[in-house]
Amino acid sequence: MKKNNSWILKGGRIIDPANHIDRIGDLWIRDGRIVEPDSFDPALAETVNLHGLVVAPGLIDMHVHLRQPGNTDAETIRTGTMAAAAGGFTSIVAMPNTSPCADNAATIQYIKEFAAREGVVKVLPSGALSVGRKGEEMSPVGSLKAAGVVALTDDGSCIQNNELMRHVVEYAGNFGLPVLEHCEDKFLAGDGVMHEGYWSVLLGMKAMPAAAEEVIVARDIILSRLASWKIHIQHVSSAQSVKMIRAAQADGVRISAEATPHHIALTDVEIKKFDTNYKMNPPLRSEEDRMAVIEGLQDGTIAVIATDHAPHTQTAKLVEFDHAPFGIIGLETAVPVALTELYHKNYLSLSQVISKFTVGPASILGIDAGTLSVGAAADVTIIDPDCEYIVDVNDFYSKSRNTPFNGYAAKGRTMATFVDGVCIFSLLKESEPEDEESK
Amino acid sequence: MDFQWTKKDLLDLYDLSRDEILHILNTAEEFKKVSQRNVKKVPALRGRTVVNLFVEPSTRTRVSFELAEQRLSADIINMNADVSSFRKGETLLDTLKNIQALQADIVVMRHQATGAPNFLARELNMGVVNAGDGAHSHPTQALLDIFTIREKKGRIEGLNVVIVGDILHSRVARSNVWGLLKLGANVTFAGPATLVPREFEKIGVRVCHNLKDALAEADVVNLLRIQLERQQRGYFPSLGEYSRFFGIHPETLRYIKRDALIMHPGPINRGVEIDSAVADGPQSVILEQVTNGLAVRMAVLFLVAGCLK
Ligand SMILES: [Zn+2]
Repeated sequence: MKKNNSWILKGGRIIDPANHIDRIGDLWIRDGRIVEPDSFDPALAETVNLHGLVVAPGLIDMHVHLRQPGNTDAETIRTGTMAAAAGGFTSIVAMPNTSPCADNAATIQYIKEFAAREGVVKVLPSGALSVGRKGEEMSPVGSLKAAGVVALTDDGSCIQNNELMRHVVEYAGNFGLPVLEHCEDKFLAGDGVMHEGYWSVLLGMKAMPAAAEEVIVARDIILSRLASWKIHIQHVSSAQSVKMIRAAQADGVRISAEATPHHIALTDVEIKKFDTNYKMNPPLRSEEDRMAVIEGLQDGTIAVIATDHAPHTQTAKLVEFDHAPFGIIGLETAVPVALTELYHKNYLSLSQVISKFTVGPASILGIDAGTLSVGAAADVTIIDPDCEYIVDVNDFYSKSRNTPFNGYAAKGRTMATFVDGVCIFSLLKESEPEDEESK
Repeated sequence: MDFQWTKKDLLDLYDLSRDEILHILNTAEEFKKVSQRNVKKVPALRGRTVVNLFVEPSTRTRVSFELAEQRLSADIINMNADVSSFRKGETLLDTLKNIQALQADIVVMRHQATGAPNFLARELNMGVVNAGDGAHSHPTQALLDIFTIREKKGRIEGLNVVIVGDILHSRVARSNVWGLLKLGANVTFAGPATLVPREFEKIGVRVCHNLKDALAEADVVNLLRIQLERQQRGYFPSLGEYSRFFGIHPETLRYIKRDALIMHPGPINRGVEIDSAVADGPQSVILEQVTNGLAVRMAVLFLVAGCLK
């Protein structure tokens, strides 16, 4: 019988990168908060044996498209947060490219109220940088902050006017809101639908060069320095971008970056299948770019893994490659893909992988999450790092199915998710009477 | 001949083996003989329905396919769907599933979107014959080019084939290259650097940005149509300058082999990529390409139909 929000999670490998903890032990949760072990009567809580599993801080995804309001055929706050829970995420940042656009306090209010009522995990709204994400005038940054946004972004679009961008960054700094940037020079990207390189040349596909991203990364490094405020580069995908960000960080510029699981796992060779589940923006790039992104994760240049979860209906995606919308879903495959591609291939330690989903995004956003410190909200994710399984879209909680990872042979899986001490997702077997089994 | 054709679609030569390509060419030879008889019609596709869906308009290729279908005694449905008719909420796949529900057997499709036939072939039970998609592929054009070369030269292996022009945007070049390489030809792509990407070197093509060097040892010169649109997008300064440095003129013939074939997939821009004197001259096989196109398309439809339930 569940005693709702009090638990004793026994014998797991506790990995809490923010506190440099990686040890076998027990995690005690009382009334939705993490407390000292042995601080209350165990009879007041449910005990779960997590031998062989990892106990991590609740994961954070700072790049999620929930599609509500506007496109609830593809996803809702309800289904999107259920997908998040199944993926191990306890906090997600909602992108503002909804309809209406989240460039005003009323829409932020709507999202917050709906999330409070229907959401399974914590939804942190972000607001648009420019009105309607059109890149023409600054959005009401102060009012957005007052309404509760955690960041500003025009994701999906990119302010092309450098002067406007400079002012938005300065003004965002004034209100302490990080700027999350989708880097894309409109003219260089043109009407491209994939990465410009060997495969686009062979296939005759309209292509966008990596330079379309790199030109804006360079611009943002310059403007971050000028405006003395932090800019976070979303979904970094090119080798040159990683190189520039690394150099800028060494030079003291307040620039940070995230990478997506698909840019870590896949390259543009996939496009020859003409499957629109491989169409996203920025596009899958070359093997050299993919390896540079992994190196950026290894040396800390890229502190975050974020999904860019972008649901689209089957109707929207089952069309000619040129005509399909950009984007794939990612909440339910991020952990298995990251563990398979980074941990099991020996690029990152388990603790490093977890840091990219916890302390990494928490510190960029400046939010109180991503740790297992005593007193923190009991947002906890249980991971089986060695569980081997085949990803099956039919198991997804997301309303959409647009993933290139259907059938992917994964090693590593989210087993349970707790938000404020409440277990909201679990694949763990119902706890057997402990004494008989363990004695 | 014990070779068994097993594909319900013809999408690209990239997907075909050397044996499959040769089988199409040999089958086309038989159909060419039929075309030279008094009675040109055969009952091979009697009772079969072929839909010609040209989302991107085309006259020459459509007429060639239609005639091939008529000669094979197929029932024919012509759909002149432009892209705008797909904006009314129905997707391309919806349209074709409806046609399939009417028991049509094969769709012959031209489309601006790269990969559209590959996508449809996966979703449909009907046979899909690609009549050109974006800058990706135009397999029947490449097959008729190769058929013509083989007929004239008696072989493909070891020949130096030079394709000149806007390679970057050319589905003809992209299909020819796979067929030619699989049959053992040496392929050169020639034209200005903005239109001839070096990436092709990685698949074994010689890339050459100087026409004279490119043509020196050529056995076959295949010229691609240059579109005014490319000038407008800044790929070269003017058609005049293109013609001067990359067009084929009577003087050009002085430094190429006397028995080199001059080919063009049409429609030709007289005075741009090719002068009339060359297009209509003794080395030109441009009209024979058109004739062979009919035989090749009959062969393709015949083989594809044989793999349908
Ligand atoms: Zn984006």
